[in-house]
Amino acid sequence: MRKISGILLTLIVGVLLVYGTFDLPKFADPKQPASIYLSPKYIEEIINETAVPNMVTAILADYRGYDTMFETAVIFTAGLAVMMLLRRDK
Amino acid sequence: MVQKIDDIIIQKTSRLMIPFMQLYSLYVLVHGHGSPGGGFQGGCVLAASFILMVFAFDIEFLKKKFSERNLLLFCCIGVFIYVGTGFLCILLGGKFLDYSFLSKILPCTPIMARYYGMAIIETGVQITVMAVMVSILLDLATVGNLE
Repeated sequence: MRKISGILLTLIVGVLLVYGTFDLPKFADPKQPASIYLSPKYIEEIINETAVPNMVTAILADYRGYDTMFETAVIFTAGLAVMMLLRRDK
Repeated sequence: MVQKIDDIIIQKTSRLMIPFMQLYSLYVLVHGHGSPGGGFQGGCVLAASFILMVFAFDIEFLKKKFSERNLLLFCCIGVFIYVGTGFLCILLGGKFLDYSFLSKILPCTPIMARYYGMAIIETGVQITVMAVMVSILLDLATVGNLE
């Protein structure tokens, strides 16, 4: 019984999530909100604002620097986790 | 456990390749501003050179260069450089990770300060990625008995 209710719940949530995707903009749609004002601003302003010719680096390390900081922290945590798991009996 | 192998072809080829891999990783790091590259990629290439060292020679060879303590220290130094740059920007009057305020201590304009700020944090990322990858390899290969 619990298995059946679990499967039903999973199916219902899955159908709801798929239904929710119908409202999302189409893949690579030039009229979606992110492409209307955010991407052109980055493409036009990055070389003036940061002097970095590579847009990917500028977004990764400057505009989204907070994100990259925690990516580094995730890698650091992975290393710590391996150390704590394997070096325990000392 | 990693067994010691004595294959002269692998060892001589590695001897030739490892310096170029390490130099190339620095190139990927500093040239990340103009071409694909950056801290994550450069750190992986740098770690791959040390991993090749383990495969071609012996694991003791690398353990002499990286002690348990130094590896953990390198992991922390990388994250510290990144977060420390962020807090330095706060101390200089800006927001967290707003590199343009680094121009107060670097001899350059605020725009170039953002350029150099990115270079600084990518260096931190490179150090952390390299140390974590080498540390995971050594831990797994020696089952935690690094010393």
